[in-house]
Amino acid sequence: MPKALLYLTLCALTASASAEAVTAQRQSELHNLVHQDCGSCHGMRLTGGLGPALTPQALAGKNHEFLFITISEGRAGTPMPPWKMLLTKPEIEWIADYLKSPGETP
Amino acid sequence: MDCGLSEKPGGNTVRQFFLLIMLTVLIGTAPAAELRGTGDLGVVVQRASGQLLVVEHSNNTRLAEIDGLGDLSHASVVFSRDQRFAYVFGRDGGLTKVDILTGSIVKRVMQSGNSIGGAISQDGKLVAVSNYEPGGVRIFDADTLDLVADISAEYAPGKVSKTVGLVDAPGNRFVFSLYEGDQIWIVDMTDPQRPDIKRFEDIGKAPYDALITPDGRYYIAGLFGEDSLALLDLWHPEQGVRKILKGYAKHDEKLPVYKMPHLEGWAMAGDEAFLPAVGQHKVLVMNTKTWQQEAGIEVHGQPVFVMARPDGRQVWVNFAFPDNDRVQVIDVASRKIIKTLKPGKAVLHMEFTPRGEHVWLSVRDDNRIEVYDTQSLNKLAELPASKPSGIFFTDRAHKIGL
Repeated sequence: MPKALLYLTLCALTASASAEAVTAQRQSELHNLVHQDCGSCHGMRLTGGLGPALTPQALAGKNHEFLFITISEGRAGTPMPPWKMLLTKPEIEWIADYLKSPGETP
Repeated sequence: MDCGLSEKPGGNTVRQFFLLIMLTVLIGTAPAAELRGTGDLGVVVQRASGQLLVVEHSNNTRLAEIDGLGDLSHASVVFSRDQRFAYVFGRDGGLTKVDILTGSIVKRVMQSGNSIGGAISQDGKLVAVSNYEPGGVRIFDADTLDLVADISAEYAPGKVSKTVGLVDAPGNRFVFSLYEGDQIWIVDMTDPQRPDIKRFEDIGKAPYDALITPDGRYYIAGLFGEDSLALLDLWHPEQGVRKILKGYAKHDEKLPVYKMPHLEGWAMAGDEAFLPAVGQHKVLVMNTKTWQQEAGIEVHGQPVFVMARPDGRQVWVNFAFPDNDRVQVIDVASRKIIKTLKPGKAVLHMEFTPRGEHVWLSVRDDNRIEVYDTQSLNKLAELPASKPSGIFFTDRAHKIGL
C-alpha cells in the first residue's frame, strides 16, 4: 500500500498543470492502460515491439505537442490508432507527460 | 543413532514406529515420488510479474509458479515433443526452457534485444525465435539452447526487418514474414549447419502475423497495409505467393485497431476458415477450397483471437480494447452468435482443452483465469493468476504450427 501511495504521489507530482483534472484513481487506470494496452504494440516496459519504443530516451527528440497529437490522432500509414474517441484531452496530456517522465515504473 | 527421546525399555520400538509413520507421510507427499503424465498440463503467462504458472486441466488447478522469466509482454510458448519442457519466448529477447514437471527453469539465454514468439521444428530438435531487434530469426538446439543458425532479415542492402508470423512446417522447415520487408522466407533446416533459405518478395504491405493450416500446407500472412492476405502453398512454393480476400473491407469505413489481431490458432472448421478482419468489427468466413470470402459475421468489436473449438462446431472470439471485456461464441453451422459472455476486464487469450469440452480464458485486469464448459457455456471454475495473458496446453506439442 505505501508503495502504491508513493507511486500515486509521484504521478501527481510529474503531471503537468493541464493534467490536473485527472483523478488519482484515473491516473492509476491510465498507467495500466499505457503499460498493458499500449504495451501490446510498444511493449509492457515500453521498450518497443511492433511499434517503436516509448521510453524517455527514445522520446528525447519529441516534444509534448508531438506526443499529444500522435496519441490523439494516431499516425496515418502505421498501425497507431487515434485515441481521442476513448480518452479526454487531459487524459492524453497526462499520458504524454507520463511518457516523458515516468518516475517509478513498477 | 540414539536421539535420546526415550530411556524406557521398549522406547526404541515406539520411536521406530513413529519414524516409520513419518517416512510414510513424507514419501506419500513428496512430489518427486509421484509419477504423473504431462498430457493434461499447461502453462499460463503472468506477464507483469515475469512468472509462469503451471496448471492442469483435469481438475482445473494450479501446480506451480515459476519466477524469473523477464519481460513477458506478448510472450508465447511451444512445447517439447515429450511434453515435459516449455520454451518461453519473452519480449526482452529471453528464451527460457522450463521443466513443467519440476516447476523449474532448466536454461535461459538472452538471445536478442526484443523478440516476438517462436516455433519448434518438426523433429523437435530445433527451437527458432523471431526477433524485432535485431530483426531476423535465430535457431537454437532444443536440448542445450546453443545457437545453431542466425538468419538476419536483411531484405535490402543495410535494411533489416522485424520478423513476424514464425511457424514450423513439415520438412523441418520454418516459415516467417518480414514486417518492413514485405517478404515471406522459408528456411529449410534439413541440414542444420546449412540453412537453405527461399525468399518471396513483394508479398503485400506490412505482414503483421501469419499462420500455417493444421495440415502444414498453406502459410497465410495477414497484411496490415492492405485489405488482403498473402497465401503460400508449401506443396508448390514454385507457384509463389498470391493474394486472397482482396479488398475485403473496401465497402466499409476502416475502424481504428487498438490491438493487432492474432492469426495463430486461426479457426479452420471443415472447408471454412474463420478469421479476424482488420479495421472492421467482423469475423470473415472464407472457403478454403476457393479462398473466397463467403460471409462476414458482425461481432462486438475488433476481433483479436478467432479460435475454433477442436471439433470445429464453435468459434470463440475475443476483442481489442476497449471491447476486451467480452467473448462471443459463434455456432459454425448457422454462423450465428449464440452467446456473448462478459468474463471481466481485458480477456486476452483463450485455450481449449485437447478435445474441446472446456475452454480457459485469461482475464488480465481482474487477475484470474476462468474455465467454461463449451456445451452449456456455463462457468465451471476460477483460478487466481497475476495479470494472466497467454494460456498454452501441452497438446500443442503435437500440432503443426503451434
